[in-house]
Amino acid sequence: MRRPVEPVQVVKKRRDEALQKLIGQVPYIRFLGVEFDRRGDELTAVLPFKDELIGNPMLPAIHGGVTAAFLEITAIIELSWGLLWEDMEKPENSDFRFGDAPFKLPKTIDFTVDYLRSGLPRDAYARARVNRSGRRYASVHVEAWQDNRSRLFAQASGHFLMPSRDE
Amino acid sequence: MTTPDQSVSAQVRQKIARQFIEAIPHSRSLGMRLTELGEGTACIEMPYDEKLIGDPETGVIHGGAVSALMDTCCGAAVMAHPTGPIATATLDLRIDYMRSATPGQKLVTTAHCYHATRTVAFVRATTTDEDTSRPVATATGAFSLERAKGGAA
Repeated sequence: MRRPVEPVQVVKKRRDEALQKLIGQVPYIRFLGVEFDRRGDELTAVLPFKDELIGNPMLPAIHGGVTAAFLEITAIIELSWGLLWEDMEKPENSDFRFGDAPFKLPKTIDFTVDYLRSGLPRDAYARARVNRSGRRYASVHVEAWQDNRSRLFAQASGHFLMPSRDE
Repeated sequence: MTTPDQSVSAQVRQKIARQFIEAIPHSRSLGMRLTELGEGTACIEMPYDEKLIGDPETGVIHGGAVSALMDTCCGAAVMAHPTGPIATATLDLRIDYMRSATPGQKLVTTAHCYHATRTVAFVRATTTDEDTSRPVATATGAFSLERAKGGAA
């Protein structure tokens, strides 16, 4: 027998709640003010500009450390979201709620940021692409831009230790 | 021939570097404190704060906060280089994470600008918590250098 089709609002609510809970549990994401837009499984990280993010008051420009942190957050959430999505989208998991089962975040092994132009005092956006995700390690590339999608102000790539899943 | 840059005393240079770092809003909001400034070297401390937690399960500080500390400290080491740069910006920064920082402990980063050309500075840095025998993270970076007009080549 076929399963009844779930109403779209129910599916959206489940996904949005899981994403918001994943992000909301990390104090540092709140500290920087990073938010996430979701279209299906695609995430875009948004960093709304505020004065505390400035690294060079003369220009002014966003702090290089903020840019690095923003990209690292984007990479970690993208990886975590991938793990979460797998569980959440199983047909038998229609009652999925983030936090019901323990959830561990990936750990950064190394992270390299390439600063292409200075970060302007405006909102910044970033998207991560998981190039390889094995049982233990994952390799992720992140791109960040401000006004124009094709004019990146920073890009990064990093390796992450994935949480062991059979514990 | 003495260029204006070379006549600038070490003290003045240190003052410029210190002002440069203390005027950074983001470094202030993370509670960073410059504790040492030498010839192309810098040491900066950052206190533990719950708002910087990256892993809610363990209370371990987020890698991003460590990056901000490393980036600031590397920039400070560049500014403290004996050739007297007037500004710098990060071109590239790689961070390797050796272990989780112990929750509740302050982080201390030391950076060394070990080579500077006319336009680029190369820097290495190490971060530890209170156990200084085992590094938490190390970094290597390339930074742009801006020199005063008519300064040393």
